[in-house]
Amino acid sequence: MSSLNKSPFLKIFLSYLPLIILFFSVFNEFDFNYLNLEYFAFNFVHLLIFFWTLRNPDQLGYFAIFIAGIINDVVIGIPIGISSLCYLLLCSVTAYIRNITLSPNFIKDWISLLFTILLINSIQVIILDLIFLLKVDYLNYLINTGFTFIFYPIFFVIFNFLNERISYQAND
Amino acid sequence: MATGRDDFVIAIRSAFLKKKDKQKFSLLTLIFLSIFVIVLSSFNFKVIQITKLAINEIIYRSSYISSIPENKIRQIISEIKSHLEVYERNQKELVKTEKTEQIKLLNNFLTEENKKLRELIDESISSEEVFAKVLIDKDSPYLKSVVLNKGTKDNVKIGMAVIDEVYLVGQIIEVNYTNSRALLLSDLNSKIPSVLEPYDIQAVVSGTGSNFAIIEHTQKDYIESFENKEVIAYTSGLGGLFKPGIPIGKIYKDETSKIKFFSDFTQLNYVKIVSYKVGGEK
Repeated sequence: MSSLNKSPFLKIFLSYLPLIILFFSVFNEFDFNYLNLEYFAFNFVHLLIFFWTLRNPDQLGYFAIFIAGIINDVVIGIPIGISSLCYLLLCSVTAYIRNITLSPNFIKDWISLLFTILLINSIQVIILDLIFLLKVDYLNYLINTGFTFIFYPIFFVIFNFLNERISYQAND
Repeated sequence: MATGRDDFVIAIRSAFLKKKDKQKFSLLTLIFLSIFVIVLSSFNFKVIQITKLAINEIIYRSSYISSIPENKIRQIISEIKSHLEVYERNQKELVKTEKTEQIKLLNNFLTEENKKLRELIDESISSEEVFAKVLIDKDSPYLKSVVLNKGTKDNVKIGMAVIDEVYLVGQIIEVNYTNSRALLLSDLNSKIPSVLEPYDIQAVVSGTGSNFAIIEHTQKDYIESFENKEVIAYTSGLGGLFKPGIPIGKIYKDETSKIKFFSDFTQLNYVKIVSYKVGGEK
């Protein structure tokens, strides 16, 4: 087991894992709604980007996030560039929070996530509705924002565990 | 006060312009690049179109491959569900089969009669069908659409109808060389000219973003007369995009302005892309 922990393959795999998850999820456009519950949807990519750019930005490059946004737009069929812009705005908020925070606090992060995703979803709706004249369901966006906010603690625990493993491997 | 503002400016500047060790681009550069891409994608230049087509081709194929595990999970869940419901379904199917046999006989007679009458007025409708596989079927909350594995090389064009068995499910909105995107009837941007039978009322079936549609551009008095009656929406053929008479959905008995689609959009595997010609059109 201990030899497995020191394996260089595992070290490389773990360091690229956030990136792999990001690309896998944009290609799949996960909604985790296998029960077909009406209106149930949350944005996994937003949670992923928010956590990693806030806690360990070295694992998720901005250019990779930009490319992931382009892929997401093509997969879901909205004009190219919108998701990239939204993801990068999310990154700018996390970069700002990182700069003004001395000791990270989960509750503060969680609340700032709510305001950030409300802001970026509003920007997305404005671009789609007013510039590209595509009709969007505001209620869907609102519910999506709500669920994304609610699910953050669960993914925080998972990502935090992963982050600790990555740091442990890197320092080993 | 001035120090506070300075701190804010420094934090903002650092967030947007400072590159970390492993970051090759600053945030500001990439934000401007995204805005540039959005602006470019709103133009219809040939170079941009070709670039878009190439990006779509690559990403659709990659997405199809990477969604194989997720699709397998979905398939297994759907199979388990159908096994659990098998007895109940069987009972319903027995009743349905009996009724279908009677309707089939009547339908054969009416089809023949319709053909003869069309010949009398020298009008015929011929249609061409292309079978397509659904490559990407993501129930995104933002846009209800599917990606099909047929494109311009198979003569697929924008506006063609997409049919599941005999039911209308959507129309083609984007065509690439080997694949295309179909907007489903449930999308908010979907508007289909239709006729409500047996009342012969013209209406527009409009998507809602949920698994039902609503009737638009019809007087309320008509809708009120539907109460507790079975009303079916077919394509009217107005606008020249769709063949007339393709079934779309049934009106809810209790909610007269809602249409329940015949086809289940979450279970689409293979569909037909249909174009049609009327009379002597070539």
